[in-house]
Formats: sequence, structure tokens, C-alpha cells
Amino acid sequence: MMIGNWLDIGPVTQIEPGTARTLPVVGSDEIAVFHTMRGEFFALRNQCPHKQGPLSQGIVHGEVVACPLHNWNISLRTGKALGDDEGCVPTIPLRVDAGRLYLLRSAVVTRAEAA
Amino acid sequence: MNAPVNFERDSFPGSGRERLVVIGNGMAGCRAVEEILARDPLRFDVTIFGAEPRVNYNRIMLSPVLAGEKTFEEIVINTAQWYEDNAITLVSGDKVVAIDRAAQSVIAASGRVEPYDRLLIATGSDPFIIPVPGKDLDGVVTFRDLDDVDRMLSAADRGGAAVVIGGGLLGLEAAHGLNLRGMKVTVIHLMPTLMERQLDEAAGYLLRSELERRGQTILTGANTREILGEGGKVVGVRLEDGTEIPCDIVIMAVGIRPATALAREAGLDVERGIMVDDHMVTSDPAVLAVGECVQHRGTCYGLVAPLWDMCRALADHATGAPTGYEGSVTSTKLKVSGIDLFSAGDFLGGEGCEDIVMRDAARGAYKRVIVRDDRVIGAVLYGDTADGSWYFDLMKKGADISPIREALIFGQAFASGGALADPNAAVAALSDDVEICGCNGVSKGTVVRTIQAGACSLDAVRSSCKASASCGSCTGLVESLLAVTLGGEVQSGPRTLCKCTSFTHDDVRRLIVEKDLRLIPQVMQELHWTTPDGCSSCRPALNYYLLCAWPGEYVDDQKSRFVNERMHANIQKDGTYSVVPRMWGGLTNPRELRAIADVVEKYDAPMVKVTGGQRLDIFGIRKEDLPAVWADLNAAGMVSGHAYGKSLRTVKTCVGSEWCRFGTQDSTGLGVKIEHMTWGSWMPHKFKIAVSGCPRNCAEATIKDFGVICVDSGYELHVGGNGGIKVRATDFLCKVATEEEAMDMCAAFTQLYREEAHYLERTAPWIERVGLQYVKNRLAEEGAVERYAARFRYSQQFMQDDPWAKRAAGEDAKLHQHLAEVRPFPTAPKPQLENA
Repeated sequence: MMIGNWLDIGPVTQIEPGTARTLPVVGSDEIAVFHTMRGEFFALRNQCPHKQGPLSQGIVHGEVVACPLHNWNISLRTGKALGDDEGCVPTIPLRVDAGRLYLLRSAVVTRAEAA
Repeated sequence: MNAPVNFERDSFPGSGRERLVVIGNGMAGCRAVEEILARDPLRFDVTIFGAEPRVNYNRIMLSPVLAGEKTFEEIVINTAQWYEDNAITLVSGDKVVAIDRAAQSVIAASGRVEPYDRLLIATGSDPFIIPVPGKDLDGVVTFRDLDDVDRMLSAADRGGAAVVIGGGLLGLEAAHGLNLRGMKVTVIHLMPTLMERQLDEAAGYLLRSELERRGQTILTGANTREILGEGGKVVGVRLEDGTEIPCDIVIMAVGIRPATALAREAGLDVERGIMVDDHMVTSDPAVLAVGECVQHRGTCYGLVAPLWDMCRALADHATGAPTGYEGSVTSTKLKVSGIDLFSAGDFLGGEGCEDIVMRDAARGAYKRVIVRDDRVIGAVLYGDTADGSWYFDLMKKGADISPIREALIFGQAFASGGALADPNAAVAALSDDVEICGCNGVSKGTVVRTIQAGACSLDAVRSSCKASASCGSCTGLVESLLAVTLGGEVQSGPRTLCKCTSFTHDDVRRLIVEKDLRLIPQVMQELHWTTPDGCSSCRPALNYYLLCAWPGEYVDDQKSRFVNERMHANIQKDGTYSVVPRMWGGLTNPRELRAIADVVEKYDAPMVKVTGGQRLDIFGIRKEDLPAVWADLNAAGMVSGHAYGKSLRTVKTCVGSEWCRFGTQDSTGLGVKIEHMTWGSWMPHKFKIAVSGCPRNCAEATIKDFGVICVDSGYELHVGGNGGIKVRATDFLCKVATEEEAMDMCAAFTQLYREEAHYLERTAPWIERVGLQYVKNRLAEEGAVERYAARFRYSQQFMQDDPWAKRAAGEDAKLHQHLAEVRPFPTAPKPQLENA
């Protein structure tokens, strides 16, 4: 189904709940793909808006990741910094179909071409 | 009961009625016919094709049949008499194999051709079979119809073991039935939480505990690799991790797929299901479809409730009074006797959503209501589902819950009591002899008198009359009583562990031991956590407290570890890591130095630095290279230096009596011994030790967590020093005569700190909080040093296992590897994927 617009990045089982894994894009920004404890998946640029910390390495709770460098809490759904902190990290549309993860190709590509 | 049924009625040639042919004798097809007959009994000549050789029955009641709670006769919806009374032709056991839309007829397997004016497709769904080797073996069954139930029952009669693949609604009901029938049941579930589409982690944990208590084995996060057979029959299941589970029958219950093959071949619009409009009309106006085989406004339903609404809309339209179906909000109840579980709507939450959580450990209950824009959008209830239908009703109506928000979670009886919607008012309205604290039998009157006698905080109430001092489930009530009794003068109690709980660090540590709590979700349930899965403050703390309380038993939860402890290296500002191998007592040798030099060159490390703790720090290592770096360092005999952990860091030494003209004892040798004893131990915070060979104190032992200063007559032991943000010199603990005594006191002090300090509290603030005298008193108790030291050494048996060696050997490889790499070509816009 519309596989053409979506980049298959493999089965859901490769990311344990409560963790994230990374997807480097040659010539552009690395993407972090998150799996929450409640079973949802999100993809974001793997850079905290604060000091570019690798969000993929943070502790995931609810649908929030705590940046490993300075503990900024980032909403996985919106990419926005929560609490008193201000900033936003780009999100990449993601969907799950038949046990596989797909990223919106144009969101991945635009970033790569822009670089 | 399985005899084929075939009721032919006399046809009424030229009756002038429209011919309605229904494919599917299941719940949807028959319900649709019933609805039509109720509106206009003479409109259609009805013919129903059923693939199963029997009358229509209530498929969702197959679970109780399997469990022996109902008989087949009890779940029949329409008897043979019904078909006869309504002049319906039932063609059972003869499957429709094609639809000829041009000729407006259907063709059955027997060759029978049945013309139609209106066709209704109600083919339902098919069980999804995971494509693993062995899926076609004799003894692999699905759970969809009565034949499947018969197969399971005959297997159960022979006894033995069953494996159920799929821990969703259907799989768990199958497992329950087989378990009741005396089989040894193992449930294999791919995801970490049972029924993850309906339940969150907390409710899934409660469900799992209950099923395990009933004797089922539940394996979550388990992927089936192969079904094993001998002579064409099932003998077991092998998982991805190599585990083999012997069994006599495998029930495949991983999900369902809309049965759309007939519709697709007939050229109707089909996506996941057969596309229908709000009147259940397909892309061909003469063809209707209803039930689990359809896709309506993008949704396919696998539950029974939407079916009734669909059939109503279908019948309204087919009899000329169209109303339309607008989709359904669904709820789920698990049909396993004795387990109350309810789930409805959206429980994933999301932006702007607020969770209201209530846990009642005493009753094993968990309630979570998800609210957005003052509307209930979802609910998960376990143990107490009495209010399920009320929440579901609020949700379907989209009712504004702001007036009853505070009391919403307590349920309908409480929330709809008008003035009682204010919890404080509700508590004020209770009579004096109502029991507030069930654990300690404290009545409202007693709590109020305690408060009036001067207990102005929760903690004061707890220590004075014991209300809410045990399980804590009445904390909210006690707080309300404080508010009601004192007005605005409630004093805030000691700081709680984090915003997810009303308990303090001390409470949590005490209750983990008292209540024998062994897992993070269990702690959260028993101690009434107000968030479903905690936060980045409480998860690492709980992980440490459990690790400390249950050495050798608790399995470390990697996802509750801060990055450095999860990666066993120190993250740097650019996202690379630094690596510090252990150098015992600050000693090294040519082999270690060569290995470090080789690593620096091989991985192009941009910097090497001598640390304050007398070792070498290699900078700029990428996470994917860490296991290889560690393998190289291991090969030279080096292990993790834990420079990244809330753990023993280093034991700093001076050269001591072996070389130094002032040295009084072998400080280097003692330092090495102490480091061998203490390395690898997880602590509330980082922990540094030093041993100086004389009072000149070259090893700076008086700003360490534990410092030894050697003197002619023995060893002076100092504790609670810190050279960080707030410099604090150590307090003198005691003086001992021998190395052995110094080692024992070091082990005992370390263990006391491990067992009693708050997570992320260094020894310096800990000692300032509890007082040096307290520490001295604890260690001066009869036999205390021996007991604490023994507990420390017992725990160390499980800790002194080099984490680097395990990672180098391939453990937790996912933490280091990328998922893949995207390589977009400048000329072609399509990105290529290269598997890592």
C-alpha cells in the first residue's frame, strides 16, 4: 500500500519498547526511531534542540524522551521541548503496517537533499 | 451437533420479491437478515450460504464453550426452526467460490448457481497464520470456529501441553480454556505487554501476574522461529532465542484478517477490507457487505459491537429508509472468569492528553482514564471494572467532565453525587466511624483527632496514628482530611521520590523489602504510582533500589539506566563516548599501555587524557565501535573502569612504604586490594576511595567517600568527603589496627550507604542528613560490621562480572548498532537502504 512514498526500515521487533535506535542518513542528520513502553513508534531528528544531544540515548517515559546530555524533556509526538525549556526538533512521519516500520520518504529525502 | 443442515423451501416463482443472497451464515449475515425481516418481512426471498455445516451461532461465546462454561446448544442464535419459519434457504457446508457480477449470480463449490438482485457479503475474517516453518503440521490449529474448538477439546482430553501463539484477547481466552481443561499452557507473545492493543503496561502486568498464578507460563517479547514436528505432528515450538517448548498442540491466535478474496476477485473495491459507504454498500450498488470483512471510513473492526450498528444501517437502507452508519467507538472485556478487565478508546494518550491514574494495591486494582479537552477519550480498568460502562458512555457522548474531574477516577457513585464531586467535601461528609486506613484500622474520627492534636502534615499523621503508613492507598483521603480539618494550613511533608508518587525515597526503599517487591511495574502498582510507566527520575532510582535489595535475583532494566550506565562509557557533548579501563590502585604495565596506545591509533581517538582518578581516558569513540574497543582492551587483561557509573569509581593510592621514605604502610597494595573488593558495585551515586601511606595524604583521601590514612600504628578511616561542587572534608570514622579490619570497615560502610542513602545522594550530603553519629551508631551495633560486610561481599559475587566482556561477546548488540543506513543518491531521489 503506497509503499512508494514510504521507506521500509524493517520490522517493529528490532526496537525494544522503552528504547530507540538510530538511522544515519548519508550527507544529512541522523534519525532516531523510538518505541514507547505503551507500544507507539516515533521518528525524530537525533538532536536535542538545546545542545544537539543524541536523543536516541535518553530515557523514554510515557511519550517523552529525556535528553542524555542535560535532561531536557522532548515530546516524541511533537518534537517540542516540555516544561520551561523552549525548542523543537523536527519529527519524521512514521507508520506501522503489518509489523514493519515505514518513514515518509520525502521527509527523509528532503533532509538529505537539503544537506 | 455437527450434522450438516440444509433447509430447502419451496420456491415462489414469480413471487415478485427481490432475491437477497447472503454469503456467510455467521453473526453479521444473520443479524443483517434479522434486521431486514424486522422491518419488512416480505421484501426479499433470502438464501444464506454458510461454509460451516451448522446453524448460526454466537462466535464470541466459543471461549466459554472451550472453557466448559457453556455448551454449543447454548450459544446457537438461530435454530433450524428460525430458517424454516422465515422461509430462508440455508445452504450450509457449500462454500461460495465466485461472484459473477455481470450475471448477478453466485457460484458455490458444488456447482450450484444462485441468482441475486441484492447480494450481501458477510464473509467475516480469517485467522492470520504466521509464516513459520511447521505451520502446516498436524496439531497446529486456529481459534475461529467450532471445529477449532473440537480439535482443542480432543487434544485436551489426551492431556499434555499446549502452546498458544498470541497473547491478545483470543489467545488468552484459548489459553484460559485449555488451562481449565487440564493442559499445561504456555503463551508466547511477541510484544512485551499482553493485549498491548487494549492494555497499557501496568494493566498488562496485573493480568500477567494473575495468569501466572493460575499456572500458565507467559513468555513476552518472544518470537516464534519454528514449529517443531515429528512424523507430521507437532511436538514443540522453538523461539528466536533458541528456547524449545515441547507441546502437543499449537494454537495460532495472532490476529485476524478480513476475508476479502471473493470480493477482490469479483472486482469490488478492496483495501484492507471490502470498501463500504455509510449504508454498507460496496462499489457495486447491488452488492452490500457487513461485518469484519468490511472497511468503513478507513477502519476494519474485529469486535462484535460495531456489527450491530452496521446491520441496523444496512437494513434501514435495504428497506428504503436509509439512516447511515458513522463508525463505532469500541470497548473490550476479556472473557476469562475471575479476571475483570475493561479497555475502551484511545489509551495511548498523546498531545494534550492527561492521564488520571488510581491504583489500589490491596485489591489489585488499576484504573486509568485518559482525558483530552475535558472529554474522556479512553479508559483502562483492571480488577474493578464496575465503572467501565459509565466511562464508555461518557466517552461515546463526548460529555464535558470538567465539573466532575476531581472525582472522575473514583467512579460514577462518587462523581455524580453533586456536592460530593469535590473529594474534600466527600470526605467531610463521611461519618466519624468510617474506616480510613484499612491496613491499620484507623477511623476518620481518629485521624481528625490526631490532626487536631497537632499532627499538621501527612508524615505527622502517619507517625502518630499510623493512618496511610502502610500501603499508602488511603494517602489521598488523609490529605483531604488534613485539608478539611486545618483549612489552608497543611504543611508539606518530606520531598517525594519524584512527581509520580507520594512516597519518599525512604518509604520506597522500606516498602520494597517489606512487601517483597521485585519488579519496577510491581513497585509502581503496589505503591500507587500516578503515571503509567514512571519518569526519568524514578525509573533509575527504582532500578537501583531493586538491584540493591535483591542481589543476584533482580535483572537490571537497561531502559531505566542513564545513558552512561547503559552504554558503559561516558557520553561527550558531540555524542561520542570516552572509555576508561580499570587500573587497579592506579598501577599499570607495558602490556596495558600498549593496548591503550593501539586502541587510540586503531579507532583514531582524538585525545587521551590522564584522569584525576589515576587512569587513562580515551576520547571520541563512536557507540558502534565500543564493543570492538572493549574486546581489544579485554585482550590485554583490562576490564571496565566504571568511570561512567553511579558505582565504585577508583581507588586512588600513593606509592606508600614500598618506595616512599615517609610511607608507614603499603598503601598501594591496600588500595589494590580494596579496589578488587569493591569494583563493579552499583551505588546510590558515584563513590571514590583513596589510600594514603602517611598523614601527608598525597592520595587526597580526605575528600573521598571513603578514605584511608595510614599511620605507624594502623589505619585511620575517614568518610563523607567530596571534592566536587561543594568541597567537604571527610569525617573521622574510626581507627583500626590491621588491613583486614580496614577492608571490613570499608565493606560495611559502603553497604550501609548502599542500603540507606537516597538515589543520587553522595556520601557527603547523606552523612550531613543523617548525622555522623547515626552512621557510627549503626556500625557500632553488635556484629553490625560483620553483617554489613557480609551482605556487601554477597552482593559483589553478582556484580564483579565485566560488563565490557559481555558486550564484546555480542550481548545487547542493538544498543550499539544502527538500524540501517540511508544513502540517498544525488541523481536519484529514491533513498537506498543498506542494512547495518
